[in-house]
Amino acid sequence: MYRQALFEEPLIFELGKAGRVGILLNDENQVPIEQYEGAISKSMRREKLNLPEVSQVEVTRHFTKLSQMNWGVDLGPYPLGSCTMKYNPRLNEDLATREQVEQMHPRQSVESSQGSLELMFRLERALSSITGMDEFTLQPAAGAQGELTGCLIIRKYHRKRGDHRDEIIIPDSAHGTNPASAAMAGFKVVVVRTSEDGYIDLDMLKCAVSNKTAGLMMTNPNTLGIFENKACEIAEVVHRAGGLMYYDGANLQGIVGRARPGDLGFDIAHINLHKTFSTPHGGGGPGAGPVGVKEGLSGFLPVPMVEQKEGKYEFNWDRPDSIGKIREDYGSFPILVRAYAYLLSMGVEGLKLSSGIAVLNTNYFARKVSGIRGFSVPFGNAIRKHEVVISAADIMRETGVSAYDISKALLDKGLHAPTIYFPLIVKEALMFEFTDAELKENIDLYVEALEDISQRAYTDPSGVKAQPKNTSVGRLDEVRASHPRTMRLSYRMHSH
Amino acid sequence: MINTHPYIPNASSVTKEMLRVVGVRGLDDLFVDIPSFPFEIDELLPEPIGESGVKRIVEETLSKNKVYGTKCFAGGGPWFHFIPSAVRHIISRGEFLTSYTPYQAEVSQGILQAFFEFQSLICELYDMEVANASMYDLSTAVAESALLCARVTGRKKIIIPACLPWERKSVIANYTEPQGVLIEEAPYSKENGGVDLERLKEVIDDDVAGVYVENPSFLGMIDNGVKGIVEISHDSGALAVVGCDPLSLGVLKPPGELGADVAVGNGQPLGIAPAMGGNTLGIMACREDPGIVRQMPGRIVGMTKTADGRRRGYVLALSTREQHIRREKATSNICTNQALLAVAATIYLSMMGRTGLASISRKIIANTEYAKDRMRMDELIEPIFQGINFRDFAMTIKGADDVDGKIREKGMVGGRNLSEDFPEMKDGRLFAVTEVHTKKEIDELTSSIHEALGGA
Repeated sequence: MYRQALFEEPLIFELGKAGRVGILLNDENQVPIEQYEGAISKSMRREKLNLPEVSQVEVTRHFTKLSQMNWGVDLGPYPLGSCTMKYNPRLNEDLATREQVEQMHPRQSVESSQGSLELMFRLERALSSITGMDEFTLQPAAGAQGELTGCLIIRKYHRKRGDHRDEIIIPDSAHGTNPASAAMAGFKVVVVRTSEDGYIDLDMLKCAVSNKTAGLMMTNPNTLGIFENKACEIAEVVHRAGGLMYYDGANLQGIVGRARPGDLGFDIAHINLHKTFSTPHGGGGPGAGPVGVKEGLSGFLPVPMVEQKEGKYEFNWDRPDSIGKIREDYGSFPILVRAYAYLLSMGVEGLKLSSGIAVLNTNYFARKVSGIRGFSVPFGNAIRKHEVVISAADIMRETGVSAYDISKALLDKGLHAPTIYFPLIVKEALMFEFTDAELKENIDLYVEALEDISQRAYTDPSGVKAQPKNTSVGRLDEVRASHPRTMRLSYRMHSH
Repeated sequence: MINTHPYIPNASSVTKEMLRVVGVRGLDDLFVDIPSFPFEIDELLPEPIGESGVKRIVEETLSKNKVYGTKCFAGGGPWFHFIPSAVRHIISRGEFLTSYTPYQAEVSQGILQAFFEFQSLICELYDMEVANASMYDLSTAVAESALLCARVTGRKKIIIPACLPWERKSVIANYTEPQGVLIEEAPYSKENGGVDLERLKEVIDDDVAGVYVENPSFLGMIDNGVKGIVEISHDSGALAVVGCDPLSLGVLKPPGELGADVAVGNGQPLGIAPAMGGNTLGIMACREDPGIVRQMPGRIVGMTKTADGRRRGYVLALSTREQHIRREKATSNICTNQALLAVAATIYLSMMGRTGLASISRKIIANTEYAKDRMRMDELIEPIFQGINFRDFAMTIKGADDVDGKIREKGMVGGRNLSEDFPEMKDGRLFAVTEVHTKKEIDELTSSIHEALGGA
């Protein structure tokens, strides 16, 4: 039976005693501090600082205990749809924490940073080749920042032509970051529907495009896990209207090594290295969201770009059409190192195997789960790619047990829940992505678990609604956390 | 086609059985709906390489890097600060490293509590009530703050200090320009490098949504005028955004005490290695004003109770601000942030504690002032501004390019070239020394500069 650790662990502020220290700063050969004590004027001097006073022993135990109350890929399946929680190889951790990575400074000379530049150059070439794009920037900090970068490129492309197009078309199945990124880049969002068979409604799209269309953002495979097989026709419609095609690479896992956005009519693409290319999510980041473009758009990429000249690598800052900077320096370098090591570990054949097994896992699960009472797989019978969305609408209607309840009941079995209530076009959605890293044995466990939960929903729905019980804590009062009167967003707000 | 791989367990004897259940003959049959365009991924080897081979190849590439580490004295960030060993060990734990954003709170209490503690420590340090669980970096935190000010006030102009690096200005512009938010620069005083208060009064008007100021400034100057700047901003109905280095706050007055509405910072000094500028952590906090809190971007963790009211617990709070709920009406598009580095900063601050942080601040100021004093030589090398510096300090060096080369010959990296960002600072170099530098190391740097200048 699964039982997660529970420590009634106080906040770090509630630990420790006056006078305890976590670190000694004494050292030999120091500049005498006393000599400079008077340097800061009294008006700028701080008087009170309420930080904890804890020993190193307490700090280490505190965070070790917290870690034991946390789920990770290292503990078991983590089938969050569209998140691609695959295995994070430890080799890559070792390489990304080498001193030739961590101790490098961006303002060192290019001559003394040839290893970093070479690695970035090779990764950039590999990503271009994998996606069928011509050039990549490695700068964006995450997928959403990649989207913003892409949208800023779309904006600049049109403006340079004297064209002030201000609409971006986005399917209703898109991730929330798509409309949010488009809006941040100053665009109005035009939504197109998904048809009953799970594809973008091509007729509606034809009506939606106009001379205001700056571009279309598309996730392919889409968030239903279905490959948009009319991608080329869609691209034609958008291109004919004068717009650009943006590929959201959040779901690249579904086709990596087998199809390339660049061949499918896309002009711009971002990739989440923390998804398809195995870099760890670290509880929500850091990630990396490189953006690739077709040749005609290269000039708009952020500066600098790494280039190779006569066997030497250098930064090119001289790109007059560039959108400039999207963050300072060159990108999440340690994440880039991990992704590069991963690509070497896979090779082209490994990437094909990765998408192949990821898709096999999805469809195997979809087959098995579709026979369970109360669950359905909406939007037709098309082969799913990296993920599948199950609807618990029938169970909900017949028993009152919701997708939320089901996700909590899964946790009780030591099985992390899928993404829930997304995409918005599926009622009571449970979105599963097992990735290439999950074992058949564990997928079978999910099937058994859903069978069991279904059976209990029809016999003892209140029992299901009382779960989870085996996790560190039971259900939490989410309303309390966000209500203006009970909201506690810091220790300070809590203790006042 | 290969049929096994250590990271892909089902590529094995079970494949066949699974294919049978799905009703296809091979993996390729799962992709028949994809239009086939022949292509070759020619920038990648066809076959996988084993662990020892990958290690060798990557290490060979990385060996072309020269590691200066603390012998690099370039200012403007990132910086080589001391990192306690425990930080690396704790954030490497798989339970933290391999987790996702904590959507399922019941199995994610550990990292949720860590984020809550991060927010809480930042609030204490910056004297604010609310902080988010991180932004990408300082530049994007400033940019998001500018957008926040525009939304809260309904105004469309932001004033930033002229003495920001070009890169930071470019990031801010990329976030603000599409929203029709205009950026104006407040000139700096030629004497002390701070924002010129009289000139600020001239530029500020009723259209200004927010004023951004840094203390210490990008050029390391401790600005005694911040409180005045905040007052001028408030007088014209604008919000005040104050950027502070977290390690300076062991000694310097925090943004809250100076009257700031929003505080931002670069969290890299809090236990995070420079890594080519690729390990960034943006800090963003605000005071407890519902109108401002509702406009904050990014993840925020809240303390709550279990549904039965018996235990404390933590969840993602106020998510109706965020993109996954509000889509194009969200306060920001940010989703993935710098979570694990925020945990690193949490461990760092816990370990430093009150006395540790104050000691580090004092040590940095002492080292900086010492280095600046040692370095100056009449007419050959002089500070550009008069005043007290924290870590970073700008010097004018006669024949700076030659001096850079001479420093490099001694196995060190000299100051950051300021003439690229500020043409008026020809021969300007921005140096940084931190608490890790010994007196001997600082002496070595200064004597190599003096030697290059032909002095003693």
